[in-house]
Amino acid sequence: MADGMMSGAGGSLQQRLDELRALYPAARPDMVADVVRAVLSTMRGDLTVTETTLLGEVEELGRTIATAKAEIAALQVGDINASHIPSATDELDAIVAHTAAATEAILETCETLDRVAGEASAEIGQVLQDATTRIYEACSFQDITGQRITKVVATLKTIDVKVAQIVGAFSGRRADDAPAMPVPVVLENGPQLPGQAMDQSDIDKLLASFD
Amino acid sequence: MAIDKAMNVLIVDDYKTMLRIIRNLLKQIDFNNVEEATDGVDALAKMRCNNFGLVISDWNMAPMTGLQLLQEVRADARLKQTPFIMITAESKTENVVAAKQAGVSNYIVKPFNAETLKEKIEKVLGHG
Repeated sequence: MADGMMSGAGGSLQQRLDELRALYPAARPDMVADVVRAVLSTMRGDLTVTETTLLGEVEELGRTIATAKAEIAALQVGDINASHIPSATDELDAIVAHTAAATEAILETCETLDRVAGEASAEIGQVLQDATTRIYEACSFQDITGQRITKVVATLKTIDVKVAQIVGAFSGRRADDAPAMPVPVVLENGPQLPGQAMDQSDIDKLLASFD
Repeated sequence: MAIDKAMNVLIVDDYKTMLRIIRNLLKQIDFNNVEEATDGVDALAKMRCNNFGLVISDWNMAPMTGLQLLQEVRADARLKQTPFIMITAESKTENVVAAKQAGVSNYIVKPFNAETLKEKIEKVLGHG
């Protein structure tokens, strides 16, 4: 190509393409694209072995990301949001309801025993009351299990939100379509696992340290 | 001076099973005048209408938690001297410290036993 017929390095790409089109009006865009691709493919020969390897790995990474995006976008998130998690939380709610009903029945029986204890001899009455005391203490499990289950339900809801956000990000769904994250409540940690929190004697010592 | 077991005791918990358990345990140690509330707002309203010699409250309740109830009680000139025991599953140091700073009289961690309840009541009522 003769000097002066094409703009120099400072000319824009669009300007150069316009000039080419003016020079070769019969050339189709796809023909130009084929030529560009062919030129680019020959550039590999100018790269070092390390650069070629790196380029290959970057291309592989790109393909992996594209595949992951497609797979995530194809996830049936509707099933997770509309069925799986609500079903799991319903089951957990049912556990709380059933244990509460059973505990109420046990407490009612204990109250009957307490009434009988009041009418029995002092010795028998004390034995009965000691027994019902132990049962009352044991029945407080229902409160603890209820709180633990509530924590699990909150975790499930957080997972629900996170899944919706990830799928939304890869499928182009708007962020405000996703359900809102549950707001954590300050200083409401709920029951701790054994060994991970203080027992009554630790709490007594801590309170005494304020005196 | 003996503890006045005829005093009114307010127990606060959003689990009705827990209210029933505490009520029965209190009955076994001769506290028979027990009233119930299911959250802090309910409890505060009852405290402003009646005289209670002792409040035993859970922490995790909505819309007003046990800690908020304690803060409201301690900020109220008429109620601020009321002995207040927190019974809760919250057993982290930060919770106990927050309750103490808010003016809790004693703190019982769930699950608890009848002996602990009795001991803490006696302590806050000046006989421990």
